[in-house]
Amino acid sequence: MPEFPRDSVGLVTPETAHFADPLALACGRTLPAYDLVYETYGTLNAERSNAILICHALSGHHHAAGFHAADDRKPGWWDAHIGPGKSIDTDRFFVVSVNNLGGCHGSTGPTSVNPETGRQWGPDFPIMTVLDWVHSQARLADRLGIERFAAVIGGSLGGMQVLQWTLSYPERIAHAVVIAATPKLSAQNIAFNEVARQAIRSDPDFHDGWYADHDTAPRRGLKLARMVGHITYLSEDAMGSKFGRDLRTTDLNFGFDVEFQVESYLRYQGDTFSTSFDANTYLLMTKALDYFDPAGAHDGELSRALAPAACPFLVVSFTTDWRFPPSRSKELVNALIRADKSVSYVNIDSTHGHDAFLMPEPRYQAVFAAFMNRVAGDLGLEGHS
Amino acid sequence: MMRADLKLIHAWIPEGARVLDLGCGEGTLLAALARDKGVTGYGLEIDPEGITACVAKGVNVIEQNLDEGLANFDDNACDLVVMTQALQALRRPDLMLDEMLRVAGECIITFPNFAYWRHRAYLGFKGYMPVSRSLPHAWYDTPNIHLSTFNDFERLCRDKGLSIVDRAVGIGDHEGHWTSRWWPNLFGEIAIFRVARRP
Repeated sequence: MPEFPRDSVGLVTPETAHFADPLALACGRTLPAYDLVYETYGTLNAERSNAILICHALSGHHHAAGFHAADDRKPGWWDAHIGPGKSIDTDRFFVVSVNNLGGCHGSTGPTSVNPETGRQWGPDFPIMTVLDWVHSQARLADRLGIERFAAVIGGSLGGMQVLQWTLSYPERIAHAVVIAATPKLSAQNIAFNEVARQAIRSDPDFHDGWYADHDTAPRRGLKLARMVGHITYLSEDAMGSKFGRDLRTTDLNFGFDVEFQVESYLRYQGDTFSTSFDANTYLLMTKALDYFDPAGAHDGELSRALAPAACPFLVVSFTTDWRFPPSRSKELVNALIRADKSVSYVNIDSTHGHDAFLMPEPRYQAVFAAFMNRVAGDLGLEGHS
Repeated sequence: MMRADLKLIHAWIPEGARVLDLGCGEGTLLAALARDKGVTGYGLEIDPEGITACVAKGVNVIEQNLDEGLANFDDNACDLVVMTQALQALRRPDLMLDEMLRVAGECIITFPNFAYWRHRAYLGFKGYMPVSRSLPHAWYDTPNIHLSTFNDFERLCRDKGLSIVDRAVGIGDHEGHWTSRWWPNLFGEIAIFRVARRP
């Protein structure tokens, strides 16, 4: 047996659920059939009342906790918060983490084969919305026999899915945790997404999205997209303390090669990402972000849009997050208050910017664990203290 | 064990009221009111430990600095606004009183009475700023920047044209000593006021 940390869920294996029922999408098109790849941690209790759904962010996937192999260098993306004794305690909860449709980690997406044409969907894959994802996640819950989630939890774009859950399936969600999210993107957020999209689409290797047919991929564009995105995930302070103006060599060389450490870091991040992520998926995910606006159908009145929500909310923001700053979370909180909903809001001091939602920050962990303990208490789960 | 001023407030708040608790601490009052009287509402707090304790209890708590006002609460959003032992730490207690009575028709406020005889004696005989159970800080690190007396507060209410529905003073944690009859400005350690907008 390989040795994993005691508070790790250990070795995990993704599973695939195939759905043959067509899924009608917000864009007007229909996915005739699809696969959802997911992982689970912990054990579903006999009452099926202890299930938690984890919704992932822009570049996330189903592998949220544990390890796929004994020699994995890193655990899943939210391992800091999922595991035995952690905020989302797998000794108590049954955690479901799913790769969203349109993704590139196993669930049906642009790199899947379109059964109607026999070739990859590529750019022809329908544009997905947060609402579509939530519908697909509900079908996965049906498949797993989960009538109602004890909590649906997510950060960033994941938090938007949580919010959508409370509106689309209020009877199927007992608690909502919305972290580092926003009820809608600002013009600046959309602007950054558009820069990322243009970087990809103007890469000569993009071929209007049919790059797979040309045995290539728009890696330079995807790298640029990730570099600009990455800047928005970190705070100025975090970048400053991590890199400052440090040089890789002792002298300036008056050229355009990598000189500053921050350049080297960004290029590395971009390179790694561009070889592991699909460009069409990235385009889709940024569109899903841009389109999300539950208040849109209610003359911009978010509190009216929130009318269907019926569960207690925990809303968390981070002081140095400038992608979705605390003011955006407060916007959601104030609308929830106006709509007379049950909500708690915390603004965690962190230097990590938007990425703070992924990190173990003591106060963040304490309040997250306190809320999850309350979730267990509300539902009378074993192990509630 | 609930603090004595909280016990009195608990008794004053009607069943099923919608309450906003400013500086709700660990959520003790709101949790008890929810349990005993079906009261709903929110607490505002900035202390991290207090906030976590509220979340653990299932009390709705919003991290919000009272000095930034209550703009996120609509007019008449609540039945009652409660503020215990926070008035004296605010930048503008008078403006907060206006805000409280915009959000609800009635509010309950408690604060340490600076004219309590022990405080007077401390200052009068010893010649130092009073340090006591209700005022435990030294002058240089106290959060209490607007100390006032039972009489001061009454005068503020009068100047603002507010109606004082009820008032009492208490001595520390002794529940039985709540009184409004004899020299409250002298014998009350904690002042408690129930104030309403004039109809």
